[in-house]
Amino acid sequence: MLEHIELFFKSIFVDNMVFAYFLGMCSYLAVSKKVSTAVGLGAAVIFVLTVTVPLNWLLDQFILQPGALAWLDGNRATPELSAYADYDLTFLSFILFIATIATMVQLVEIIVEKFSPSLYNSLGIFLPLIAVNCAILGGSLFMQSREIASLGLAANYGFSSGIGWFLAIVAIAAIREKIRYSNVPAPLRGLGITFIITGLMAIGFMSFGGMLTGGDEEAPSTEGQPENVGAVIEKGTNDLSEIVHISEVTEITE
Amino acid sequence: MGLLSKKDTKLILDPLMDDNPITIQVLGICSALAITAQLKPSIVMAVSVIFVLGLGNVVISLMRNIIPSKIRIIVQLIVVATLVIIVDQVLKAFAYELSKELSVFIGLIITNCIIMGRFEAFALGNGPWRSFLDGIGNALGYGVILVIVGFFRELLGSGTLFGFQVLGDPVTKTGLYAIGYENNGFMVLPPMALIVVGIIIWVQRSRNKALIEEA
Repeated sequence: MLEHIELFFKSIFVDNMVFAYFLGMCSYLAVSKKVSTAVGLGAAVIFVLTVTVPLNWLLDQFILQPGALAWLDGNRATPELSAYADYDLTFLSFILFIATIATMVQLVEIIVEKFSPSLYNSLGIFLPLIAVNCAILGGSLFMQSREIASLGLAANYGFSSGIGWFLAIVAIAAIREKIRYSNVPAPLRGLGITFIITGLMAIGFMSFGGMLTGGDEEAPSTEGQPENVGAVIEKGTNDLSEIVHISEVTEITE
Repeated sequence: MGLLSKKDTKLILDPLMDDNPITIQVLGICSALAITAQLKPSIVMAVSVIFVLGLGNVVISLMRNIIPSKIRIIVQLIVVATLVIIVDQVLKAFAYELSKELSVFIGLIITNCIIMGRFEAFALGNGPWRSFLDGIGNALGYGVILVIVGFFRELLGSGTLFGFQVLGDPVTKTGLYAIGYENNGFMVLPPMALIVVGIIIWVQRSRNKALIEEA
């Protein structure tokens, strides 16, 4: 239970999709002009992440990992006895993950349209956009590289990182609505100032780094095994605890 | 330019400055910022995108008349995913350290909006040669920003370029450090990538007033 809670808050605040990894930036910048549309897209992202991350977790466990195919001849528990023990399909993960995501998005779209036309009308236009949102594929790839241990945790990870993304886009949309009344230097108007505000917000979010003591360093998931998370990023997140004292900056985000 | 007509050179040169995919079209930012703390991964990323976008544009352009428009997104995704797998495997084979640093973000080239954007906007309606040039041009425009951001972040953040200490040694206090210069450790942290891009946009739009957005 404790690990669920930890993962939940960590994915929302510490490893925030937008502020720590810049995932889903394209739609984050393009669809954040109004709060109402931002809420729509954010909700769709939460929804799709919650569905696709566990699904891709199953794919990863039962098809892609080295020796994962052992269940084919009934040796799930003892993969080394299986005739399929040597199969390593990890190189297929990109194509399989993206295919799953594209299919799921299509499926979700059809189901939502059938059962909840009102939800469809509010989410409808965003759903196709989501298939190519880096946050969705990023969720699955991080899930794989961090070796999330169980299906429940995978679902939790998808859901909470979706919430993190939702928070980010709603916050920036609200700021952009307000900033219309400010006198921004002309060349910075629009895109430029949005980038800089996002940077400041990211600095603010870094103050959450000390929230879970130890953070990445103690998490078993990021150690051992090919550490896929960028070393550069890792350096950044490890340094977080030292930077906490600049938390005054958080005020800007509020 | 015997090989390239005027229109063709425009295809390559435009995205470098006034139609830059990152600063003007706002595409492909996702994977661009996370890996620019140092120059080397930025360049590897830029080269990977040039490869994927150049070839992908050609493939899509060749298939443009036989792809049913309803499933074109999935076809495009499969084409990109295949190319990205090639890049990923090559990196794993020849530059394992770098690929460990980049891995998740190499995968994210698939959902890089520049790629889908150029497929949709250009390759589906133009011949292979022009699509190829368009792909190369846009990927170069993307690469230029990556390299600029990577250059400044590595230089100001760690005082190195490609890992070489160009500003002197911070431990033994030689070079610039002898007169009291300090590295700005903040530059290597993620938020600064955003702010550096913001400043690039600022500079670019100050020079070319036509690009300024309406409030």
